[in-house]
Amino acid sequence: MSILVNKDTKVIVQGFTGGEGTFHSEQCMEYGTNIVGGVTPNKGGQEHLGKPVFNTVKEAVDATGATVSMVFVPPAFVADAVMEAADAGIELAVVITEGAPVKDMMYAKMYATKKGMKTIGPNCPGIITADECKIGIMPGNIFKKGKVGLISKSGTLTYEGANQVCNEGFGISTAVGIGGDPIIGLSYKQLLQMFQDDPETEAIVMIGEIGGDLEIQAAKFIKENITKPVVAFIAGQTAPKGKRMGHAGAIVSGSAGTAKEKMEALEAAGVKVVVSPAEIGKAVKEVLS
Amino acid sequence: MNIHEYQAKQIFAEYGVPTPRGLIAETVEEAVENAKELGGNIWVVKAQIHAGGRGLGGGVKLAKSLDEVKKYADEILGMTLVTHQTGPEGKLVQKVYIEEGADIKDELYLGVVLDRAKEMPVIMASTEGGMEIEKVAEETPEKIIKVAIDPTIGFQGFHGRELVFGLGITDKLEQRKFIDFASKLFKIYMDKDVELIEINPLIKTGSGDFLALDGKMGFDDSALFRHPDIEAMRDISEEDPDEREAAEYGLSYIALDGEIGCMVNGAGLAMGTMDTINYVGGTPANFLDVGGKANAETVAKGFEIILKNPNVKAIFVNIFGGIVRCDRIANGILEATKMVDVKVPVIVRLDGTNAPEAAEILKNANIDNVINATDLLDGAKKAVAAAKGEL
Ligand SMILES: Nc1ncnc2c1ncn2[C@@H]1O[C@H](COP(=O)(O)OP(=O)(O)O)[C@@H](O)[C@H]1O
Ligand SMILES: [Mg+2]
Repeated sequence: MSILVNKDTKVIVQGFTGGEGTFHSEQCMEYGTNIVGGVTPNKGGQEHLGKPVFNTVKEAVDATGATVSMVFVPPAFVADAVMEAADAGIELAVVITEGAPVKDMMYAKMYATKKGMKTIGPNCPGIITADECKIGIMPGNIFKKGKVGLISKSGTLTYEGANQVCNEGFGISTAVGIGGDPIIGLSYKQLLQMFQDDPETEAIVMIGEIGGDLEIQAAKFIKENITKPVVAFIAGQTAPKGKRMGHAGAIVSGSAGTAKEKMEALEAAGVKVVVSPAEIGKAVKEVLS
Repeated sequence: MNIHEYQAKQIFAEYGVPTPRGLIAETVEEAVENAKELGGNIWVVKAQIHAGGRGLGGGVKLAKSLDEVKKYADEILGMTLVTHQTGPEGKLVQKVYIEEGADIKDELYLGVVLDRAKEMPVIMASTEGGMEIEKVAEETPEKIIKVAIDPTIGFQGFHGRELVFGLGITDKLEQRKFIDFASKLFKIYMDKDVELIEINPLIKTGSGDFLALDGKMGFDDSALFRHPDIEAMRDISEEDPDEREAAEYGLSYIALDGEIGCMVNGAGLAMGTMDTINYVGGTPANFLDVGGKANAETVAKGFEIILKNPNVKAIFVNIFGGIVRCDRIANGILEATKMVDVKVPVIVRLDGTNAPEAAEILKNANIDNVINATDLLDGAKKAVAAAKGEL
């Protein structure tokens, strides 16, 4: 078991034939991901990386039965791509692209929700179920199979956290990079519930950062719904107010969205909160022994 | 990206949001000319910088004669204006806006931002205009009315009614004027991919009209590609030169006031590195995300920018190599140390794909001030020790 994706998941790639799309699709296929085709308008009928290319997501879904789409289209076309996927009956869109306008994502997410499609990202490393399926740009080799679920806004902190968990001898069930934009698809709450329901997952690592209140919502949710141990780190304790720290959503506006308030809320919810990402592995060991 | 008040007011005027008439000036002579052209006998001379709180800082002056316009323009132009939003270093004033003096009866607040929890825009309004809205939010949150607007239906009459009844506007004509004002502001927010729009104060005049006396706007950087008119309003002199230079090379840099320079791949890990330095008793000198392509050129540029800060006593390079392998990054770092003369100790932590090979490369290079670290904590500790001269 795992969450959302496994070795049987049929994946298509939107923006399949572009530079990034090609490079990372190849890496994913090498990892074992079942990529069944891709979509690039006006390249329908061609073959790319040994898989069929379609003009539209609808055609791709009809021909391949794909349920998940990995999205690599340029930022200006992200909303269009996400809505096309939702319209075509895709169940999960994983949006890697960085720099999509916030307003576009606002509309795209509303439509996706209406159509019952889940979204991960944008501006994220993607999702990986260790040894089974990688949909995204993370280095697959650091994710050893195991029983810890991981949710992170940051790409490199996903790798840092997963690496430590694996070095402590545990391993990862599924890791999800949810992205650091102001509006994102799946968030902590939904993913925490999925990990809670996944028999393979025994502990959860959640990595957050300054800005917004998703971590606060997560804290409330954990208190009421999650019985598995949770370890958390919030990045940006030393970040100045009013400055955007790399991610579009990582900004303390006024006095809202500080690392401190998030850490306190999580602690109050019984989460093991670490002050440095260097302590994630140790903390997981602690909560699991 | 942020713009000046006078530019925001140009956009307001385009959409029919009422503002006092005004003209921009870069010299004292122009300021006086502007006042003459506007006519009347009372003007306001307003410093144009990308920060609020100008009034309290002495950057907004009421002039009752052309001589006073001249005097205030002379005072304000070229001054370094310090407000609660500029930081202690303040901002140089290069332009003044000359505006007709308004007859203020009431000062209100009106703004539109993204409500991240609701994932839709929210209009915020308050009768406590002229004050710092964050203070109002903290001390008397009940005095801020929030009306979230589903963009798929847009601004409707009921949204407007929630606003006017919440603000206690009872006169029917005034209600109509205010609702019209708010709906136009919302339209600007949606049309222009605005991140934040704030009018503080929005005033009611003696004759019952509503006027935007101030205007603060910020835009979604990711959407600027479709707004060349807004992009043209960019004032480069308002941006931090180091941050801008870094951005030109695809690096994301923010200066801080500590001693340990940081170079990291990924924004989250970059913040996590700063936090870890702090955790082990040091102080970070900057945030720097070199992105996914940490090669010799980007690392060299990173060194250059970090070393512009004279407080830097050590540099901590913390890279988690993923798809880009660590051995290649190690070689890049070595090359970069040849391109830039780095005199402070450089602590290098490379983890991830091919990390052992990378450690070997660094060891064999045998450069005095390049010190290998085994993990994040080890690297942070070594950087702190090096900054204290204890390594
Ligand atoms: N055109 C004007 N007529 C009369 N008073 C003004 C005018 N513009 C500004 N003021 C006064 O100056 C104060 C500060 O100006 P404002 O534009 O809000 O700058 P800031 O918010 O940066 O201090 C306002 O609250 C208002 O009382
Ligand atoms: Mg103001």
